[in-house]
Amino acid sequence: MDNGHAERQQPILSVRNLKTYFFQDEGLVRAVDGANFDLYRGKTLGIVGESGCGKSVTARSVLRIVERSGRIIEGEILLRREDADGQIDLLDLTKLDAESRLMRSIRGKDIGLVFQEPMTSFSAHYTIGNQIAEAVGMHLKLSKEQARQRAIDMLRSVGIPKPERRVDEYPFQLSGGLRQRAMIAMALSCDPSILIADEPTTALDVTTQAQILALLEGLQRERGMAIMLITHNLGVVAEMCDQVVVMYLGRVVEKGPVDQIFHSAKHPYTQALLLSIPSIESEPRVKLPTISGSIPHPYRRPNGCPFHPRCSQAMPGLCDAQVPTLLPVGPDQEASCFLYHQPVEPA
Amino acid sequence: MLAYIIRRFLLAVITVWAITVLTFVIIQLPPGDFVSIYINSLQSSGSQVSFGQAEAMRAQYGLDQPMTIQYARWMGMMLQGDFGMALAWNKPVKEIIGDRLVLTMVVSISAIMLTWMIALPVGIYSAVRQYSFGDYAFTFIGFLGIAIPNFMLALILMYVGYKYFNMSIGGLFSPEFENAPWSLAKAGDLGKHLILPAVILGLAGTAQLIRIMRANLLDELRKPYVVTARAKGLAETRVILKYPVRAALNPFASTVGYYFPYVVSGSIIVSLVLGLPTVGPLLLTALVAQDMFLAGTIVLMLGILTVFGTFVSDLILMWIEPRMRMEG
Ligand SMILES: Nc1ncnc2c1ncn2[C@@H]1O[C@H](COP(=O)(O)OP(=O)(O)O)[C@@H](O)[C@H]1O
Ligand code: SF4
Ligand SMILES: [Mg+2]
Repeated sequence: MDNGHAERQQPILSVRNLKTYFFQDEGLVRAVDGANFDLYRGKTLGIVGESGCGKSVTARSVLRIVERSGRIIEGEILLRREDADGQIDLLDLTKLDAESRLMRSIRGKDIGLVFQEPMTSFSAHYTIGNQIAEAVGMHLKLSKEQARQRAIDMLRSVGIPKPERRVDEYPFQLSGGLRQRAMIAMALSCDPSILIADEPTTALDVTTQAQILALLEGLQRERGMAIMLITHNLGVVAEMCDQVVVMYLGRVVEKGPVDQIFHSAKHPYTQALLLSIPSIESEPRVKLPTISGSIPHPYRRPNGCPFHPRCSQAMPGLCDAQVPTLLPVGPDQEASCFLYHQPVEPA
Repeated sequence: MLAYIIRRFLLAVITVWAITVLTFVIIQLPPGDFVSIYINSLQSSGSQVSFGQAEAMRAQYGLDQPMTIQYARWMGMMLQGDFGMALAWNKPVKEIIGDRLVLTMVVSISAIMLTWMIALPVGIYSAVRQYSFGDYAFTFIGFLGIAIPNFMLALILMYVGYKYFNMSIGGLFSPEFENAPWSLAKAGDLGKHLILPAVILGLAGTAQLIRIMRANLLDELRKPYVVTARAKGLAETRVILKYPVRAALNPFASTVGYYFPYVVSGSIIVSLVLGLPTVGPLLLTALVAQDMFLAGTIVLMLGILTVFGTFVSDLILMWIEPRMRMEG
């Protein structure tokens, strides 16, 4: 198992120039338009940005469960994983058939997903235990009885009281907080190396929110999985993350270690976000008070820098004509803005 | 859960009682009674009936008593399994209705089965492959199914079946089995004859159920729990069948409830066209002749079957919907 220090330093998941578009009769939606980031074992990466900037589609692209009208048209999603005979290999998930046996063995087994709606992310027609044991039985090849036992153990490990009883209850019999705990139990039931948490606390009250975040931190210390934490809430990022990726209209505009992002943000969008740090209890989808204008309609993406219509430092003639690229602006930190880079000569 | 079932059952009993009262009132509503109609028909054929004779007849059938007494007597007989005489036939109602009621249920249940067997897969296909060629094709056929009147469809299919497939059509039995005692061969013969009525009676309902199933499933497919199921790594077929389809099933349960009265009363014309020995046509003649015992028994039986069907619907719903089971 121990392939040395160097192996640990390798990212467990690398997303490179990922583009996921939706092809619809009404028009083309470039939901993700060049996302770049890495996940590391035992570390948490925060992905932040206003509602609609492509965070969830990025998550679904990694799992290859984007809806039928959406397609990954470019980029790589490289997963480092142990194959059947213990060899570490690098697998490009974009090259796999979404419905293939291999891809299905990765979903739920190597990568777990938790997302926002604790009300509706479980089916109301089956018990919690049934829904957890289903994944466990399939991926870990356990018998029905063993899978059920594992479901109970998982429920216990996420702090659900009386798991032997809860396992036979239906989701609507649990409170929102317990349901989200059960969801985390399900996502971690097959011991994945990556957990994608898409706004896991947005729908919860403040106290519960803090408890769930603490739970995630504790579980990460125990199990060492990488967490990709999607949120629009910078307060959550400050508390939880090691690295941060800031997205705007499907593109990564800035990324770097959490301290640098909070203390020396470079991109005007990140700076504006920081000025408007939503308090932890704020509603999702609030407009950012310090950023003028609103997010453009997905069908009408601005030319040039996607942020230029709202940017207070936009340079006419440059920002509305050319597209900036993500380039280094400091140690480990990158931003996509002409304030720091000359435009790359168009080929 | 048991409390829920008991409540439902009590409700069913009360409903049946209400139906008996209603039935009785409706039968009494038209002016005149069976005797006056009978006398009219005798007079029009030239015979004379004296006032005394008419009164004697009324007394014999209890028609001279006040309504409440008549109702009480009727109920009393019913409870003892005596459904009275079919006045126009001069035979016990039981004898006339017996087989027909069973056959009515057989036809109805076949139509429901057929409806389910077609609507479930087609509805799932249409939702999962929304806007595909197949979806449009089924939608088109479905609208035809709803638009064409049943009796017309019956005539067309009878014609086609007779002309091109040499099918024996009309009725539920071949002549040689008509009055034969029940046997395996007779049941097989019934099965062959059932296809046509089941298709005709089931078609409009099938088309509707496909629309409902498609709409429900489209709704369910958008819900987060489907994403959860996919993210677990389940195969797509299993994702669809175990989760959203299960959630979209409710209308299938409710069909059981409304199908009996629909198939029986709504399809009297079809039954007449196809010559089906069901209670539908019988009810029509009984109502025309103001044969109160016969009509009353039929309406009552249909009412009971409907209430029973609804009760069964509820039980199925409870099995599909854990929330109802828990909170009901
Ligand atoms: N199934 C879909 N069909 C078409 N467009 C979609 C679909 N899912 C998401 N989008 C679009 O992609 C963009 C990004 O959405 P999303 O990733 O959900 O944003 P968020 O960052 O809030 O999670 C939005 O403009 C949204 O309208
Ligand atoms: S490139 Fe121009 S418009 Fe875009 S963020 Fe930088 S300064 Fe603002
Ligand atoms: Mg989202």
